[in-house]
Amino acid sequence: MSECKNWKEMKDVGKPKKWQDVPMGGIAYGASAENVETGQWRSIRPVWNADECISCMLCWVQCPDRSIKVDENGKVTGIDYFYCKGCGICAQVCPKKAIEMRPEADLA
Amino acid sequence: MPHKEITSGNWAFAEAMRQINPDVVAAYPITPSTDIIMKFAEFVANGKVDTNFVTVESEHSAITACVTASASGARVMTASSANGVALMHEIFPIAGCFRTPIVFGLVNRSIGAPINIHCDHSDSMGQRDLGWIHLYCEDAQEAYDTAIMAIRLSENDDVLTPVFVCQDGFITSHGFEPVEYMDDDAVKDFVGEREPVNSLLDLDNPVSYGSFAMSEYYFEIKRQQIEAHKKALELYDGIAREFEAVSGRYYPMIDCYRTEDADQVIVIMSSASGAVKDVVDEMREKGHKVGCLRIRMFRPFPVEAVRNALKGKKAVAVLDRSLSLGGTAPLVAEVRSALYAAGEMIPINSCIYGLGGRDFFPQYAEDIFMDLINGRMSPEEHYIGLLE
Repeated sequence: MSECKNWKEMKDVGKPKKWQDVPMGGIAYGASAENVETGQWRSIRPVWNADECISCMLCWVQCPDRSIKVDENGKVTGIDYFYCKGCGICAQVCPKKAIEMRPEADLA
Repeated sequence: MPHKEITSGNWAFAEAMRQINPDVVAAYPITPSTDIIMKFAEFVANGKVDTNFVTVESEHSAITACVTASASGARVMTASSANGVALMHEIFPIAGCFRTPIVFGLVNRSIGAPINIHCDHSDSMGQRDLGWIHLYCEDAQEAYDTAIMAIRLSENDDVLTPVFVCQDGFITSHGFEPVEYMDDDAVKDFVGEREPVNSLLDLDNPVSYGSFAMSEYYFEIKRQQIEAHKKALELYDGIAREFEAVSGRYYPMIDCYRTEDADQVIVIMSSASGAVKDVVDEMREKGHKVGCLRIRMFRPFPVEAVRNALKGKKAVAVLDRSLSLGGTAPLVAEVRSALYAAGEMIPINSCIYGLGGRDFFPQYAEDIFMDLINGRMSPEEHYIGLLE
């Protein structure tokens, strides 16, 4: 007999301890990137300077990870480090040099 | 009432598809499997099926659409041959790993080059290790029946593995012979409705397919596929017996023809086994105790059944209709492994026949049996019908 669980009822069991615990075919349950903390990948961090920022929204348009936080009035309020991978595009496109990329090690 | 028609292996397979009425068929034509898709396209055009028939620009796209449709919970079928099958190679292991049931009419044709349209098993054997079940059919009736049974095997919750239903190109696919068709309702009842697991369209329980699995979990996912193949081996016979109950026809994993008391046995697959069985009957009349073992299920390989069938035989010849260039041909490698690993040191002649559609005559089978009877055994490959 199979040692496998009933795959039909098998849901996300956290970190697998046995081969039977791994979701069949490497399927991801829940299936939303919203829950994935891609910020863990970051080695350099964008540091936002509120005094220099003119909320031109270039960084908001270019950010690949929806990590530029904006309030209901369309003003930039900061950076969402849960998702930000530290790609540095925001710092590159900023016309006011209001974003500086700094090594995570310096900020630890 | 079931009724008989004179028809071909391809048309019989297409008729099974009509009766199964799959949700999705994505296909691209290639000889000799083209007929299956042509006939099915007629059914679509005439409103005989409800299938979403996806005509794509290549075999690679065809099988990709099949995998995606199956992951969405659809019942999926398709067909192909030869280099079309080879072009699908990249996607086959994905279908196997994603555990997407697909029933695939594989009409065996030699892989080019040299380009050749006729039968050998090099196309399906090239896809041997990718996580698909392989079933090899002797005739058109069996291709029809196996298409229906394969739906149940492929979609079983413990198996969830795609299935190749193989028949010999032209010999079976284009030869006309009587085939008994079941009633539409009987087929419908037998296959039932697919109850998908982890469907992409189940919006209440969303899943992603195709996520990354690095060194931490890749091995475990393969281990699960090994389990699925073990389950297929375990569950196959129950499905075959259920099918027997509704059709009167029973197809075991291996077809033992007069092997029980035989001293010498030829092991073979697909259509050429018909000629071997005829020769067995003729030689039995002359007092030779010979038999034919036809391997129907090649993946998962029924090691125990083959071992039990060949145990204690004096000599065996294994006939491969494909090569492993620079190595041991696929079927003889399996048979030797099944026997020798269990200490059954039966002398085996490895014979290669029928490549690129080379005819296989009954005389060849008799010669092979006479070698076994007279102890002419040798470890190198024997080439049957080669100009030499």
